Amino acid sequence: MSPAVDAGGARVIGRMSEDPIRLDDLLGAGSSADGAVTVFVGRVRDQNRGRPVVRLHYEAYGKMAERELAAILEETVGRWTLSHLEAVHRTGTLELGELSVAIVVAAPHRATAYEASRHVIEEIKRRLPIWKREEYADGEVEWVGPAPSEA
Amino acid sequence: MTVTILLFANHRELANAASVELELSADANVREAVDRLRSLPGLACLPAEPTVAVNREYASLERDLNPGDEIALIPAVAGG
Repeated sequence: MSPAVDAGGARVIGRMSEDPIRLDDLLGAGSSADGAVTVFVGRVRDQNRGRPVVRLHYEAYGKMAERELAAILEETVGRWTLSHLEAVHRTGTLELGELSVAIVVAAPHRATAYEASRHVIEEIKRRLPIWKREEYADGEVEWVGPAPSEA
Repeated sequence: MTVTILLFANHRELANAASVELELSADANVREAVDRLRSLPGLACLPAEPTVAVNREYASLERDLNPGDEIALIPAVAGG
């Protein structure tokens, strides 16, 4: 786990995790000064482009992924006024419904929290060096790129 | 000079190796390293302009290399 760092007063935590993401551990973000806390989670979906998926595996370039995630978060707290920004991305094997990513933002107001959260997930999808191998119901496996609508 | 190239996901499976060491001329850049990779079994299909990182940061194919650099081929990422 990368250490929390202070950047402009915000508490910033980014980490890649081989262990399941536990939302309870994330929900204490911020303080009573924060009127808004957003939680975005990505979950393993049961199909991709109509093909039934049974589980998936994330392979990361671990050291670069930690660095890139930290850079995304630092850019984000530089652009919006936040008190807490935390992002966790899973690696390893995930079953259907498991959380693949979680982003928690605490801020004085909801607009900044929503915007910052959206920015972080879009940058993760664009930049984080991590790859997804899907395992299908028919037993085949395939490395998949971003969906056409997200590319 | 000797450099290490890390391979991930489908590249790693195509080459049947997670990393490759290459001996390059002293003035080599990333593009020359990638071109050399194409001569390895399984990697002839690398795109003309693959995304790469040098020492854990995204880098241009024209970037000059130094001995000991850690180069990584970055297939299309799929996080989230």
